[in-house]
Amino acid sequence: MKKGRIINIQKYCVHDGPGIRTTVFFKGCPLNCWWCHNPESQKFEKEMMYNHEKCTMCGECEKRCEGKGIKLTENIFYDPTKCVFCENCIDFCINNAREMIGKEYTISELMKEIKKDQMFYQESGGGVTLSGGEVMTQITFVEELVRRCKENGMHVAIDTCGYVPFYSFERILDNTDIFLYDIKLIDSKRHEKYTGKPNELILDNMKKLSEKGANIHLRIPLIEGINTDGENIEGIIKFASDLKISKVNLLPYHEIGSDKYKRLNMDYKKGGMVRPTDQRLEEIKAMFKESKFEVKIGG
Amino acid sequence: MGRGMNERIQKLRKQSITTEPHISIERAVLVNEAYQKYAGTVEKPILRALTFKHIMENKKLCMNEDELIVGEKGEGPQSTPTFPELCCHTLKDFEIMNDREYISFKTSEEVRKVQVETIIPYWENRSIRKNIFDHMKPEWVDCYENGIYTEFMEQRSPGHTVADGKMYKKGFLGFKKNIEDSISKLDYFDDPQVYEKKTQLQAMAICCDGIIAFGKRYEQYARALAENETDERRKADLLKIVQNCEVVPAHAPKTFHQAIQMYWFVHVGVTNELNNWDAYSPGRLDQHLYPFYKKEIEEGTLTRDEAKELLECLWVKFNNQPAPPKVGITLKESATYTDFANINTGGVTSDGADGVNDVSYLILEVMDEMKQLQPSSNVQISRKTPQHFLKKACEVSRKGWGQPAFYNIDAMIQEMLRAGKDITDAREGGASGCVETGAYGKEAYILTGYMNIPKIFEITLNNGLDKVSGKQLGLKTGDPRGFETYEELFEAFNKQLNYFVDIKIKGSNIIEKIYATHMPSPFLSVITSDCISKGMDYNAGGARYNTNYIQGVGIGTITDCLASIKYNVFDKKRFSMDELLKALEDNFEGHENIHNIICNKTAKYGNDDDYADDLMIDAFNLFYNAVNGRPNMKGGCYRIDMLPTTCHVYFGEVMGASADGRLAHKPVSEGISPAKGADRNGPTAVVRSAAKMDHLRTGGTLLNQKFTPSVLAGDEGIENLASLIRSYFNMDGHHIQFNVIDRQTLIDAQNKPEEYKDLIVRVAGYSDHFHNLSKALQDEIIERTEQEF
Repeated sequence: MKKGRIINIQKYCVHDGPGIRTTVFFKGCPLNCWWCHNPESQKFEKEMMYNHEKCTMCGECEKRCEGKGIKLTENIFYDPTKCVFCENCIDFCINNAREMIGKEYTISELMKEIKKDQMFYQESGGGVTLSGGEVMTQITFVEELVRRCKENGMHVAIDTCGYVPFYSFERILDNTDIFLYDIKLIDSKRHEKYTGKPNELILDNMKKLSEKGANIHLRIPLIEGINTDGENIEGIIKFASDLKISKVNLLPYHEIGSDKYKRLNMDYKKGGMVRPTDQRLEEIKAMFKESKFEVKIGG
Repeated sequence: MGRGMNERIQKLRKQSITTEPHISIERAVLVNEAYQKYAGTVEKPILRALTFKHIMENKKLCMNEDELIVGEKGEGPQSTPTFPELCCHTLKDFEIMNDREYISFKTSEEVRKVQVETIIPYWENRSIRKNIFDHMKPEWVDCYENGIYTEFMEQRSPGHTVADGKMYKKGFLGFKKNIEDSISKLDYFDDPQVYEKKTQLQAMAICCDGIIAFGKRYEQYARALAENETDERRKADLLKIVQNCEVVPAHAPKTFHQAIQMYWFVHVGVTNELNNWDAYSPGRLDQHLYPFYKKEIEEGTLTRDEAKELLECLWVKFNNQPAPPKVGITLKESATYTDFANINTGGVTSDGADGVNDVSYLILEVMDEMKQLQPSSNVQISRKTPQHFLKKACEVSRKGWGQPAFYNIDAMIQEMLRAGKDITDAREGGASGCVETGAYGKEAYILTGYMNIPKIFEITLNNGLDKVSGKQLGLKTGDPRGFETYEELFEAFNKQLNYFVDIKIKGSNIIEKIYATHMPSPFLSVITSDCISKGMDYNAGGARYNTNYIQGVGIGTITDCLASIKYNVFDKKRFSMDELLKALEDNFEGHENIHNIICNKTAKYGNDDDYADDLMIDAFNLFYNAVNGRPNMKGGCYRIDMLPTTCHVYFGEVMGASADGRLAHKPVSEGISPAKGADRNGPTAVVRSAAKMDHLRTGGTLLNQKFTPSVLAGDEGIENLASLIRSYFNMDGHHIQFNVIDRQTLIDAQNKPEEYKDLIVRVAGYSDHFHNLSKALQDEIIERTEQEF
């Protein structure tokens, strides 16, 4: 049986759909958004996260590394190609500067974790949210997972960027209660600039999902300087007005994830990105309200 | 001006919270007078009754400006009497009380003078405390002094008890009639106990006279004040007080106001008779008051606001009474002014229907508005409790001061049925001062002391030696370096635990008899079923049910210690027992590697991880089996509770570093909550871990859960909180209370990240562990955290 690659399983999530939920974060994403606050979710492969701020250069990891992939010079050099996943550098790091991102789960292992909180889902009208990364990229695993969740009577939400073949959606449509569907930019050129991919497929999939009667919550990350301009917002409203959208969530940008870029040895393209002012958020909210959407700031 | 619904309440509340707690010597002097007059001439119960009556007939009457409910335990607000017959304070004790930074009591020159000249000479060799220590074996004293356990009764009498509804249906003349009936039925031919019963019942009758006299005195006092009062509004208040005191406590109350005054007279009586360790509570206050409320609202003689004002007056009264001053180890185990009065709201009725009524909602409003240290307040939640009531309670609790606490009355009823109680008695019961289960008005539930479970494990690791004191307190169960399996270690722990429980109970058996013989409490006996029909004192087994509790402390810490050793030493062999013991010896200094593996890379209780949680169940069962079912001296038996008050701090102080990574002298875990920073998977995981304990086999457990405000925001936040409670209670959880993280806590967390590893913060749908964020981001979140919903 194929395994799922998971970053994290988070309990008592109250912002990713109704009620008390368990959110499963899948690893790997086809997009590469500038503002991504989960950079460790972008790559499909397991990877080492290394926190420079915590490291005291004690050299314990170099001593313990079975693949001889760590060298202590004036800096710590880590060669991912030599990593044999012994995880000694993690276990024996007294500063907890290292963390392995990505863990393989079988369906039954993951179901066991998800089912632990079933009582809370029942009491609160909650359930499971599959997020990421992009959960839809692990569709074979996910198809089986949502089938098993449904079998157990659980409410299922899929948090997606939409950049996958529509066939993938068809495989889970019957077992999904809500799609938390992101739209970032309505102009494809601008979309490509900030996420690495054009948006035609995304918009097309959303349209098709709507036609098939799926329950869609539209989620828009709002980053001042990138997508909060009137043209973009009006464009999104115009597009969404033709669809059946049950709820709109406006998610203001936060640089809470920015530390992690450094820890992953990745670049953070944060130039000019800031959280929109509360006033601007209220204005955008009002625009959606005017077009008869149920809209909320936050998840 | 501060909290309270109107100027009257604001004034009374302000007086209550701004007056410094201080010692009143009045009671001690009155006790002396009574003992000097009667001791040796009458039987002990009669002596105690005459002493009670002497206090009630002579204690100073207090009338605070504008108050509507009268009577104080001491001479006025924040004035606390002493109980030299239990614990005779030395001059040094008084100086310490006066000067100590926390829980201080001012002792005036005059008070000290009387103590030295009058009280100490009579009581220093007669007090119960002296008597107890004279009778305890050296090994009991050694264990006591070195923090294996505490002893609740060494300076406080049995108590911590709760009223039922009898007093609202029957005045003390009625109780007296019952007592006389019981005397008339005594069997002078065949009952070998007839003499004891007769004196006991006579003592109870004297106490009825005492409390009636107290009411009478207030009636006269209020009348005299009314005659001289020029303000018409206050004059009317005073005349109302006169009217009330004409009725209660001699007769059953007729109005809502009188019902509250009735309770309060009884409260003052019980807490003056003995300091009744320490709590006395009204139990189901909403259900007791509701018939009066309903009748008067219907007849138009009372408005909702008037009822609320009277409740707020009662709330101030509770807050006026700091717990009697404690000294020594007992102060450490219970370092608080709170007198553990605990208001129970909601629950079920005696026939099992939902107990929530209009007064329940009124009480929620009052607790929210008054926001006082005392009384503690809780809601009892059953499957039948309306969601609306639960949500209202959640809204109050969300404000972040830990109240109301939530109790699962369905679970409590099962606990009581398991302990052999009648179903009606069980439904009328609930929690007492803290989380302890009991049948209100029908049970003597004696808390005997806290048991330091992690310390006993520490002693096990040292082959019976207490390294902190250097004494061989325990058995020689072997050097753990020689143990080949985890099971060998666990068996050694089992032997040590049973050994210490034996010592504790052997001591308690003597202590119980000392109280039964020398310190009967005939007034409390009057209002506790079935003392009158049995002709037997509360302290001697007169109550319908007689339970002794030993409270286990540190289940989170002991579980993490077991997990640490099982996983790292035996399963994974990451380090040896010898290496671990050296690390503990050095308080982990120079052993950072081992410390880090234990703290950050080992399963811990509170994460819904079966590896650790299964060991929690083992440790729980060990303690349960060592204690539960052992007979006490009153015909009942021992049971366990899992709660700490402030004892987890003291118990940590007397320990070195422990195998769970806890550094020397730091607190152990409290209640059944995970050790500080051990739970890292959020509240559902904590609740699931905690629910793996079999709560129904205890007499109470305590779980604290903290939240950041954003998680509880909006109506959804309330809905989810309510669901969390319902789920925990569906799993038979006994009690849960919530703390909401404020800005200050986040600042602490920034400075001491190791203590706040569990802290999760959420921002716009994204969340992370607080300790994992850079300082700049932490600062930003701190700036944004305000307790607003």
